[in-house]
Amino acid sequence: MIDAIASLGRSSLNALEVFGRAFVFLLRVLASLDVVLRRFGLTVVQIHSVGVRSLLIIVVSGLFVGMVLGYQGYITLVNFGAAEALGGVVALSLVRELGPVVTALLFAGRAGSALTAELGLMKTTEQLSAMEMMAVNPYRRIFAPRFVAGFVSMPLLAAIFSAVGVMGGYLVGVGLLGVDSGAYFSQMQAVTDWNEDVLSGVIKSIVFGFVVTWIAVFQGFNAQPTSEGISRATTQTVVISSLAVLGLDFILTGLMFGTG
Amino acid sequence: MKMRFFELAVGVFVLLGIGALFYLAVQVSNVTDYHDRDTYTVTGYFDNIGGLKARAPVTVSGVRIGRVADIRYDPDRFRAEVVLAIRSEHDYLPLDTQAAIHTAGLLGEQYIALEPGGDYDTLRDGDELMFTQSALVLENLIGRFLTNMGSD
Repeated sequence: MIDAIASLGRSSLNALEVFGRAFVFLLRVLASLDVVLRRFGLTVVQIHSVGVRSLLIIVVSGLFVGMVLGYQGYITLVNFGAAEALGGVVALSLVRELGPVVTALLFAGRAGSALTAELGLMKTTEQLSAMEMMAVNPYRRIFAPRFVAGFVSMPLLAAIFSAVGVMGGYLVGVGLLGVDSGAYFSQMQAVTDWNEDVLSGVIKSIVFGFVVTWIAVFQGFNAQPTSEGISRATTQTVVISSLAVLGLDFILTGLMFGTG
Repeated sequence: MKMRFFELAVGVFVLLGIGALFYLAVQVSNVTDYHDRDTYTVTGYFDNIGGLKARAPVTVSGVRIGRVADIRYDPDRFRAEVVLAIRSEHDYLPLDTQAAIHTAGLLGEQYIALEPGGDYDTLRDGDELMFTQSALVLENLIGRFLTNMGSD
């Protein structure tokens, strides 16, 4: 009985400790952000590996999600004789929810896991300690550029996802199902507001980018330096970031649209 | 050489992202439509505005010329005060223009339809609409119908 309570206490203390370390880690990364301006090349290479190389999966999924939205929206709307409202349905669901959330989930799977594995392996092969030996600060050389790269790439990827999705919905709705092309866009413009819908989506994607990159980089930094530890850290990155994104999305949606 | 490739790729990526945002702004949300640059405001007092919301369209003969800027309740007149922001190029509306709250379709959103009168003077900034027509409230209609049935 006493043992059970003690083990509960131990696991809560461990959880708290990890959380505290993640926060201290974040502060130290934020404190070394000036390297991004001084050595911009480091960040460019990271944006390439995190953002540019995620483009394919984002564009393809955006296209298919938009096309499916076009189909499903049409099937439901046509019952009410409101197939013309398809554009609005597709645009609102993409810009407000699916764009930021699905992009963040894909981003965690595609870029977050890669970040964790890379950093975990660096730690395992003691490259980070070697850097410190050479008086190179790994926070500035390694962590800060990767952090900024994820933070910058995510909103851009989400915007591309939404834009491609709108075109996918157009392809299916107008091309295949015969919704009027003018009605598709005029309905869309009538219901979608720049401030309220598009900008809220962008804010969401900025928050998600911050959280996912934070989790990914910290998991790599915190990984146990064994092959098993790297595999666990990579899994943890995907699981924790996905849960964090979905949970945060609920909170952000409540804050942004709840009172409206 | 390798660095140049990275820079090019990232440049294209950032351009694509900004292009997508621009596309969302212009094609999807039609940002220009909502931020009408030059508007003048006209106030109308309605007995009942039904489900009218701020930012609802203001139309003449179905053509959109402005939007509802604000909705308040006027405690002195016991009526709803609706402020309409109309684009400045539409400065030809007669002083006795009538405003009615209509519904787009059976279940659509509500908007304000203006019907020009015959006065020679035109509406200016800060003017008050002389004639307004409330939104149709379904319950009132049904109630009236039922009382008419009873009297037969």
